[in-house]
Amino acid sequence: MTWVWANADFILDKTLVHLQLSLTAIVLSLVLAVPIGWAANRVAPLRGIVLTVAGLFYSVPSFALLVVLPTVVGYGLRSDTNLVVALTLYGLALMVRSVADGLASVEPDVRQSATAVGYSGWQRFWRVEIPLAGPVLLAGLRVVAVSTISLATVGGLIGINGLGLLFTDGLQRYILEEIVAGIVMTIVLALLVDAALVLLGRALMPWSRGPSRAERRQGALVGAAA
Amino acid sequence: MNYLLDALGWIADPAHLSGPDGIPTRMAEHLLYTLVAVALASLVAIPAGYLIGHTGKGRTVAVALTGGVRALPTVGVVFLLALLMGIGSTPPVIAFVVLAIPSVLAGAYSGFEAVDRATIDAARSMGMTERQIVAKVEVPLGLPLLIGGIRSATLQVVATATVAAVVGAGGLGTYIFRGLRSNDYVQMLAGSILVIVVAIVLEVVFATVQRLVVPAGVTAGRPTDSRAPTLRSRASETPLQEGTQ
Repeated sequence: MTWVWANADFILDKTLVHLQLSLTAIVLSLVLAVPIGWAANRVAPLRGIVLTVAGLFYSVPSFALLVVLPTVVGYGLRSDTNLVVALTLYGLALMVRSVADGLASVEPDVRQSATAVGYSGWQRFWRVEIPLAGPVLLAGLRVVAVSTISLATVGGLIGINGLGLLFTDGLQRYILEEIVAGIVMTIVLALLVDAALVLLGRALMPWSRGPSRAERRQGALVGAAA
Repeated sequence: MNYLLDALGWIADPAHLSGPDGIPTRMAEHLLYTLVAVALASLVAIPAGYLIGHTGKGRTVAVALTGGVRALPTVGVVFLLALLMGIGSTPPVIAFVVLAIPSVLAGAYSGFEAVDRATIDAARSMGMTERQIVAKVEVPLGLPLLIGGIRSATLQVVATATVAAVVGAGGLGTYIFRGLRSNDYVQMLAGSILVIVVAIVLEVVFATVQRLVVPAGVTAGRPTDSRAPTLRSRASETPLQEGTQ
């Protein structure tokens, strides 16, 4: 434990960098997955292709991808961008399926009703389909968030900043506490971000948590007021 | 892109195709690790998963375990065991087994859970004993999902075994780390390409096996691409495909 207290600043710094890189990748994968998932759900033959490619891509070991990506895309091996791009691609591979499944779970009747009451395609997508797909999207995003945060440690192997550096440094200098600290902080970050997503989901989708009767009445009132 | 050609040249170089550091040996090491770790994990996880799936007991623990492992950084686990137990091939194998167990467990129990309750009731009302229900109904119907779990576990071990080369475990990761230390990017790239090829070949093989083990006449257990996935079809997709890295 002495090592941990003596190096608290260092650990905190690595944790914050780790969080920043992971969050960038998580947000990017969500933003990119929405249009791709929408297209996959809209164009039937595309769905199989997109999901197969995503599945195959997901089987590529992360460390190997970090080495190969720079030649294909053309940036430095040890740059933060390399890690963020790799993590975004993995997140995307998972998230596209969630978006496609979520949009597919919206009842066709609901979609038709929305059109019937005058929603344009764009409005219907953002105001009807996305909110209804919300719980599935959130479930997918939670998986993406947790695995991205844990996966980001692989960057440490080639010297990319973040909690992974605690592993390589701890191994080289035989500091057991450093490795344990890295593992613990990664798990803590994952749990915190996951909890934040759950709270965000409750705030954005108050209807999705199986409300009690009283809450349902309250929800109806809020809905009526809005 | 030039580097890619150089790396392919490196792989094709006859000097790298034989001997204790040759590509065939390193690939065999990599595959052996994967086979041993997944076999050991299955030995523990399949009976446990079947028990959970059949009785429904301990499900909460199993779900928490399989979800929680996703947050566990595999690199940290491998390094921690190496520091605790020393350099060599035993600590990495233990790490691989630990990381592979949750996927196999999830495949085993979710395979049983995906079996329609009505089917099991029908089997029971026809006079099947519990043992027969497990052996003749639940196991065959849950097989595609179990294979899916083993598939996730295998890919996880292939990925983790790459990293384990840094603690002296051998395997294809050896090239990547040697290249990293000596600034030999071509060798790193060659090692990475080999690992990716192994992973993708295994993925395709497993996907095919998974499709083949669906019992004749059953479509519910087959991974579907239905536009409106029902609960059943969603349950039949690869469990825990997430987190295989």
